[in-house]
Amino acid sequence: MTRQMLQGCRAISEMVTLCRPQVVSAYPITPQTVIVEELAQIVADGRLKAEFVNVEGEHSAASTVLGASAAGVRVFTATSSQGLLLMAEVVFNIAGMRLPVVMVNANRSVSAPLNIWNDQQDSMAVRDSGWVQLYAENNQEACDLILQAYKIAEDHRVMLPVMVCVDGFVLPHAYEMVDLPDQEDVDAFLPPFAPMYRLDPANPLTLGAYAEPDKYMETRYMLQETLRATLPIIEEVARDFSKSFGRPAHGAFEAYRLGDASTVVVAMGSMAGTIKEVVDELREKGQKVGLLRLIAFRPLPAAALYDALKNARDIVVLEKAVSLGNSGPLATELRALFQGRPASPGIDGFVIGLGGRDVTMEDIRGAVSKAQEGAVDAEFVHLREDLELEGVNA
Amino acid sequence: MKLTLGNVSRPGESPVNETGSWRTSNKPRFLQQNCIACDMCALHCPEGCIYGEEENTYINDERYCKGCGICAWICPKDDIEMIPEVAEDD
Amino acid sequence: MPEVKEKAKGKDKSFDHIFSSGHTACPGCGQSLAVRLVLRAAGRNIIVVNSTGCLEIFSSKYGESAWGVPYIHSLFENIAAVASGVESALKATGRLDDVRVIAMSGDGSAADIGFGAISGMMERGHDVLYVCYDNEAYMNTGIQRSGCTPFYARTTTSPPGKVSLGNARPKKDLPQIILAHGVPYVATASVGYINDLDKKIKKALSIRGPKYVHVHVPCPLGWGSDSSRTIDIARMAVNSGLFPLYEVDHGDMKVRKIPKKVSAEEYLKLQTRFRHLFGKDGARDEVQQIQAVADANIEKYGLMSK
Repeated sequence: MTRQMLQGCRAISEMVTLCRPQVVSAYPITPQTVIVEELAQIVADGRLKAEFVNVEGEHSAASTVLGASAAGVRVFTATSSQGLLLMAEVVFNIAGMRLPVVMVNANRSVSAPLNIWNDQQDSMAVRDSGWVQLYAENNQEACDLILQAYKIAEDHRVMLPVMVCVDGFVLPHAYEMVDLPDQEDVDAFLPPFAPMYRLDPANPLTLGAYAEPDKYMETRYMLQETLRATLPIIEEVARDFSKSFGRPAHGAFEAYRLGDASTVVVAMGSMAGTIKEVVDELREKGQKVGLLRLIAFRPLPAAALYDALKNARDIVVLEKAVSLGNSGPLATELRALFQGRPASPGIDGFVIGLGGRDVTMEDIRGAVSKAQEGAVDAEFVHLREDLELEGVNA
Repeated sequence: MKLTLGNVSRPGESPVNETGSWRTSNKPRFLQQNCIACDMCALHCPEGCIYGEEENTYINDERYCKGCGICAWICPKDDIEMIPEVAEDD
Repeated sequence: MPEVKEKAKGKDKSFDHIFSSGHTACPGCGQSLAVRLVLRAAGRNIIVVNSTGCLEIFSSKYGESAWGVPYIHSLFENIAAVASGVESALKATGRLDDVRVIAMSGDGSAADIGFGAISGMMERGHDVLYVCYDNEAYMNTGIQRSGCTPFYARTTTSPPGKVSLGNARPKKDLPQIILAHGVPYVATASVGYINDLDKKIKKALSIRGPKYVHVHVPCPLGWGSDSSRTIDIARMAVNSGLFPLYEVDHGDMKVRKIPKKVSAEEYLKLQTRFRHLFGKDGARDEVQQIQAVADANIEKYGLMSK
């Protein structure tokens, strides 16, 4: 185990290297590019024996790893924002074809307008694709989740792709003390990829057959059931990880000072770090506030979330995304899981930090107060008052 | 029937679909008189349902023959003719 | 007597049945025949990557696959990228010397929606053979115009009407565009000349690096031709000069000369997709334009012996 001060992209690329993918394919897009550049250097130096395929676009990057995975090798790709949207068709395809691709998505806003900075609208846009989606708080966790991602994806009970989401710029570009495991320990935790089906003349198979109405629904049902069944596997892998590497792995979510909390903030990703500061501050003042940091957005750990949140009076959802025309996706899904059940906390939704706007402690405090006062839905936090918005207020 | 992960299919499944039922107008008749076993009919059949060994042994598999007529067109010895498809009770 | 003469010994010897009967191609489908022939030339040690299209639909229904070799279908426009991935995996695991990767698509996928991916694959130099089956339109979706639809052809999205005579643009010259990528082998072939096709596929597969073979395949349904004349029409396309047969092997070009020239009109008359070019007063001027395209090809490729 080496503990060193590393830039996020470097840590992530080193972790990917330890996982031994044999085909890597990606296309440059800010703020993911730095990860791929680090990997390119690692391959060029012979430290990772992989085919590094510089494709002509993200649709092809995803397609290349799809083909390589179908041919039976472990793969890796990374993207952000417009790239993820461009490859969206392939993203759905990979899940439907049950290929255990692992991707790092450096969360970034979506165009238009063009904006290269962090929010989570991109990965939210593909939440229906059938991928497992895990959100990291910091670079250590990003690395840990990548290793767990391969283990989850390649489990024969799963055989689904996994997306590890890291807030763009905030994580890949920031420096952090990171523990990187040794190769032998990684190999012990993650054995070589053993596909269930692969392209091989010795055993010819037809992959990607089409399904008529008499079979399509059942195939999608299989995906749904498998994703549900992946929830205990996420916990299992997290426990194994903790045991093997002596570091906490939280599984589907992290409960921070949640036990007796009457106000619970729910959020994903790096802003949880700032939220924890506010939680501590409010606790000092005697408020019973806690944080539920959701790690697995897909599959959604609905039952466990209900149990963890049922005693709260107010749930304050802070999310870096919005489903335009309705509400925040996370807030919407949380409301749904309380439907028809005994507990009925007030669930208030806030849209925060879009396009790289800083999430400040003041913003968080403000949101918590507002939520405690009354019902709030899809409220955009701290909009600038000095701007006139044509068609809205001007 | 079992639905595999990702709808993985296997070789040799398509013969379950007997496309010979598609024929409505014509089908080939292999005269087996002047056949020189050039194999052109078999090589040009899009269904791959023509078989033969020596001269005058070539024949189609009516379970799959769609009656396209390419074999009759290509036979250099005019040893295949297209005849009307007749109903079974004729 | 044809050059290739294999006496079929026993029921399954004609094709090794790497592509089994029971597929749902239209009767007389040029593409289905071309696929059998390509597989016959290629053998079993291959992996086929196929785009969405007629071939994929008629051969890979779940539970009714016709494929006796490993096969993958992903999407419509990404097969060159998927093939790049398959090839990379084989390379990474040291299997590329034993297994050939063959990407197969129609003209719509190759010329239009999948063009970027082909260009990328060719430029990166992957060891993949790309076979394009050109039936000159998006046939699987019901005959729509593609970049490879020839002058004045009727398609549902380029129909002749009161102010239109059908497709107003020439065929996109895919083989030449691929050639411009500097790849070691590019060839055109036709389902009308099966020995030539066989040789070109075998030649292509003997070369390491990116290869491209563009196969002309009549579509009785889409072209409005008699299913029994598929081979005849394919040969006429070649012998009119409208579909020149050539190969460029490491820069060295060889053409198949036309023994007896066929007029464009003779070829067009057999297909209802050109019917609007012939009225009660005979052939329209546009037929001459098509003849001019044929003549230009004959000139450019030296298809007639002087």
